[in-house]
Amino acid sequence: MRFDVEEVFETASMTLHQNLDIRTTTLGVNLKDCIDSDFAAFEEKVYSKVNGHAQELIAGARPLEIKYGIPIVNKRIAVTPVSLIMETHCTPEKYVSMARTLDRAARDAGIDFVGGFGALVQKGLTRSDAVLVEALPSVLAATERVCAFLNVGSTHAGLNLDAVNLLGTMLKETARRTPNASGCARFVVFVNAPEDNPFMAGAYHGVGEPDVTLNIGISGPGVVRSVVEKNRDCDLTQLSEIIKRTVFKITRAGELVGRELARNLGVPFGIVDISLASTTAPGDSVAKVVEAFGIERIGAHGSTLAIALLMDAVKKGGAMASGNVGGLSGTFIPVSEDAGMIEAVMQGALSLDKLEALTAVCSVGLDMFAIPGDTPEETIAAIIADELAIGIINDKTTAVRIIPVPGKVAGEIVEFGGLLGAAPVMRVNPFSSGAFMRRGGRLPSTVTSLRN
Amino acid sequence: MEKELLFITVIGQDKKGIVARISNLLYECNVNIEDISQGIMEGYFIMTMAVDMREANRDLEAIGSALQALGKDMGMTIQIQHQNVFKMMHRI
Repeated sequence: MRFDVEEVFETASMTLHQNLDIRTTTLGVNLKDCIDSDFAAFEEKVYSKVNGHAQELIAGARPLEIKYGIPIVNKRIAVTPVSLIMETHCTPEKYVSMARTLDRAARDAGIDFVGGFGALVQKGLTRSDAVLVEALPSVLAATERVCAFLNVGSTHAGLNLDAVNLLGTMLKETARRTPNASGCARFVVFVNAPEDNPFMAGAYHGVGEPDVTLNIGISGPGVVRSVVEKNRDCDLTQLSEIIKRTVFKITRAGELVGRELARNLGVPFGIVDISLASTTAPGDSVAKVVEAFGIERIGAHGSTLAIALLMDAVKKGGAMASGNVGGLSGTFIPVSEDAGMIEAVMQGALSLDKLEALTAVCSVGLDMFAIPGDTPEETIAAIIADELAIGIINDKTTAVRIIPVPGKVAGEIVEFGGLLGAAPVMRVNPFSSGAFMRRGGRLPSTVTSLRN
Repeated sequence: MEKELLFITVIGQDKKGIVARISNLLYECNVNIEDISQGIMEGYFIMTMAVDMREANRDLEAIGSALQALGKDMGMTIQIQHQNVFKMMHRI
């Protein structure tokens, strides 16, 4: 088969100049078969299964990076929601102990994050779920690699406001007990959480999944930005078309690597998540893609339309490229992990309100943003509830990863370091919705769920 | 045995000896050159080589590292990638 110089150069440039990479390969691992009435034996089985699969994943990824010249940045493990396997061992001490076991299994194998320390509580909490939430500040303080989640609503179940109301206190306690409040960066609250999302911090291995499955997340905002910059004068229809073609190519590369890695590991290939995911590396920014559209700074009027166009084109290109598109498949606009987002907040172009609007048209949620440490618990819960309402009504996944930073006020910046970047502290509306939030209960399943 | 085709991409400023030095390295590794194309794109000199690795006497990681080191010496970027990635991206 012959390829033109142009084709070979285009592919080589994506990795050499535009930061194309496989952002994450995440092995979903079922832990239900590890349950044991003897807690020490239970932990031993969990350690062996997680550590064993993690080692295989790392060993399997390297030859493919060399073969295709595409870096596989992160190798991760997602496990069965931990509250499910801890039903008969649900004390805070045992939860912390299990978290340490998972942390150790990941660390010993060289895995940076293990996800799934969470619960599905859209209609209510079991005793195990409640103990898990109570233990989360200790879990996040005692570990470095364990990621936690809660699914507190769905289009079919409505929104469990009682569960949301637990989170303001939980997050502030976690913030207090971890350096720079960084423990909060390892907790995501969802509605309509997908069972096969490969991206942290919200990855877990759903109960409908096989014993082990490989899910991968591609990326490539730098590649998309590069083609947008080369097409400055085209109209929206043409812009959508060129993005679609580019995302098709990136997704095909992801599909190739994912399938081959799954085959080499002897596990079923799950899904390709086609989310555009930014990093703090120069040029690897979703905000900068939007700015290349012709918007001075993300957050300016017009940004919602821009994100809507971007997202739709990404989905169209990705869906054509792979028969296994799944996970979140949105566009991530985390504040702290995207240099363009940080810049926009610092310059006053992007407010929390506009960020919420952007998430309504497609991106996954309010992600990795810092707020003042003295924000009332009820206001934190209300910020979360607003975002999740968008997901419930629009039948999509939305999520919140919010970091109340003790001692910091709006306008200051907090450094998390590494993958998590740095977050400017955003201004929060000072008026109270406490009386409304204290009503508690559950937002009933909405009329949009009545489809049978 | 079927051909094991990979593509080498060389990017940088045109200069004497590029083909000679890369060919020499590939000869030492017992890698056969199937095709060479070149052009100027976005201001860069680009050369692509399709190579057959099936009888190579070193593994891909070693050949890739040797090519990278050679590229560094010549002030050029050299990348080697299996042909499957080009098939997936550019052919439906």
